Amino acid sequence: MPPAHSPVVDLVRNLVRKRDFYAGGLIIFFGLVMALKGPGYRLGTLMHMGPGFLPTALGIILICLGIAIAGTGLTVPEGEDEDILPKNPEWFGWACILAGPLCFILFGSYFGLIPAIFTCVFVAARGDRTATLKSSLLLAAFVTVFGVGLFSYLLQVPMPLLTWRGL
Amino acid sequence: MIETALTDLWYGFGVALQPHNLMWCFIGVLVGNMVGVLPGMGPLATISILLPLTFGIKPVGAILMLAGVMYGAQYGGAICSILLNLPCHPPHAVTCLDGFPMTKQGRGGVALGLTVMASFVGASWGITEMIFLSPILVRVALEFGPAEICSLMLLGLLAGSTLARGSPLKGVAMTVLGLMLGIVGTDLETGAERFTFGMTHLDDGIELVGLALGLFGIAEFMNSINQVVSINAKYTNVRLRDMRPSKSDLKQAIAPMFRGTLVGSLCALIPGTGPTIASFVAYATEKKISKHPEKFGTGLIEGVIAPEASTHSSVQGDFIPTMSLGIPGDAVMALLLGALMIQGIVPGPQLIKEHPDIFWGLVASFWIGNIMLVLLNVPLIGIWVKLLTIPYKYLYPSALFFVCIGVYAANNDMFQVGETVVIGILGYVLLRLGFHPAPILLGFVLGPRFEENFRRAMLISRGDILVFVERPISAVFIGLCVLLIVLQIYVRIRGTKPPIEIPTVLEGAE
Repeated sequence: MPPAHSPVVDLVRNLVRKRDFYAGGLIIFFGLVMALKGPGYRLGTLMHMGPGFLPTALGIILICLGIAIAGTGLTVPEGEDEDILPKNPEWFGWACILAGPLCFILFGSYFGLIPAIFTCVFVAARGDRTATLKSSLLLAAFVTVFGVGLFSYLLQVPMPLLTWRGL
Repeated sequence: MIETALTDLWYGFGVALQPHNLMWCFIGVLVGNMVGVLPGMGPLATISILLPLTFGIKPVGAILMLAGVMYGAQYGGAICSILLNLPCHPPHAVTCLDGFPMTKQGRGGVALGLTVMASFVGASWGITEMIFLSPILVRVALEFGPAEICSLMLLGLLAGSTLARGSPLKGVAMTVLGLMLGIVGTDLETGAERFTFGMTHLDDGIELVGLALGLFGIAEFMNSINQVVSINAKYTNVRLRDMRPSKSDLKQAIAPMFRGTLVGSLCALIPGTGPTIASFVAYATEKKISKHPEKFGTGLIEGVIAPEASTHSSVQGDFIPTMSLGIPGDAVMALLLGALMIQGIVPGPQLIKEHPDIFWGLVASFWIGNIMLVLLNVPLIGIWVKLLTIPYKYLYPSALFFVCIGVYAANNDMFQVGETVVIGILGYVLLRLGFHPAPILLGFVLGPRFEENFRRAMLISRGDILVFVERPISAVFIGLCVLLIVLQIYVRIRGTKPPIEIPTVLEGAE
């Protein structure tokens, strides 16, 4: 049980439970980055606007919007879904989805298109809970054949099929 | 006026019927139709994946194909809603309410058949509207100076972000974030590098394809992985002859079809109200004027036909401000406009005059494409229905590869694939925080032009910010902006609820 009950503490407690509080916070953060970095690009005058004018103005608008969004968190009653993470976080699935393109970058840069497609699809496919090793391998092989045919032969994307650029 | 419009249209058919243009249009509607059926893949992601592949073809072919994807997906989305009760694409969410009960009664085929008809009628009306309204709008818009263009863009951005789904405040925040992302890179006027954080790869700005695929590809996959509801394929056994409606069905369908079309075309005229809102308004209207409103939700033909006709007429109508003013109403339109800009075509009122082949070719291709879709949907319904049962676990890894190669092919640059991953993470965080990232694209596409025109307006007025309210046309736009904001605040204070409950929609497939 919390010991003291000052209205300010209640207010803050009410606020930090709300998703909108964090949503507003993120927007304020973006706004601050722009508003603080903007003037560094030279503001200029209204008649001759410098490159920093619009970013600074937008940054200030964004900060105001962020405050308003966080503020509305106070006025509305708590909704059903106030968690930032979904009920069942899919850390492994998310990691697989993000690792897919990273594999594509890595293998595409050093070993060519075929390994890039294969690893990208294979790694991504592992993220599904029902996927088996066999199904992922088959899918990756199928997409590789299809992808090479479509992008390398038909659409002529300039990327070597197989290469060795060393590490 | 009618005569010139018909001559121009004739010319447009000449452009659209050239064999290669016809081929691109066909590929577009076919892919769009297919993707529209696949649960969990939206037209936005598809258009972004296809976008880099269009760099090599001529602008006309490119835009015909990308637009084809968009309205093709509209046809496919209805199948998903009616047979599976899955509102894969928001504009069809409302179709589920009466479409799926019809399927359960064994009348799914009839619902689909009538939907194809209603879609064609709705789209045809939208196209007609485009033919006659666009030249008028252009004539007005050609008089606009930078101040007017600026205010108009402001209105477009505001309407696009506040009238879309979710909280209007958050929508506006997303638009401003989009404007900010559009600023990244070298400033065209002064050569200053802004927000590149020392990375030379960012000098040319953030790539449109990367942004779209990060937000609507990677973020969506993260959102849907292991979440997709098991698909109930019990009712997907639809044969061709099931689709033929009986005479009484037809009689029942005709009036709602035209009412829906009318509602859709009215919605298209209000900037920012896209097909989703049009479909909801059409459904609510039908319910209101019906003699037996309590029967809605039990499988009434009116409840399927009116929203579908309305969606299609509004989709075609959305092209009017996009093509004639260069102001897109939603994210898909922003993407199409971005595609034109990549091809080196400046959007705006001068587009119809400078590139009549694009505008009139597009208009004509809408008709050709819609006829193709009707012809495609009838015999291919069996294949589409089979597609519905493709599990997500095969879909998303393949789509992820398409995302990677699509972004890479845009500039043959691996850095941009990484950029897309980062944007994807940001997009997912935004989704979880209750933002809808679609308006980001709107701000991103309009951002640079907004800045340019704002600068010009300020230069001409010698730094007098009041110019926006002193010039009459600009003042009207600003007035409308204010009205929009006041209306939003009023609605918020009153706490008015939408007239019908919105069924849960799979995120982001807008």
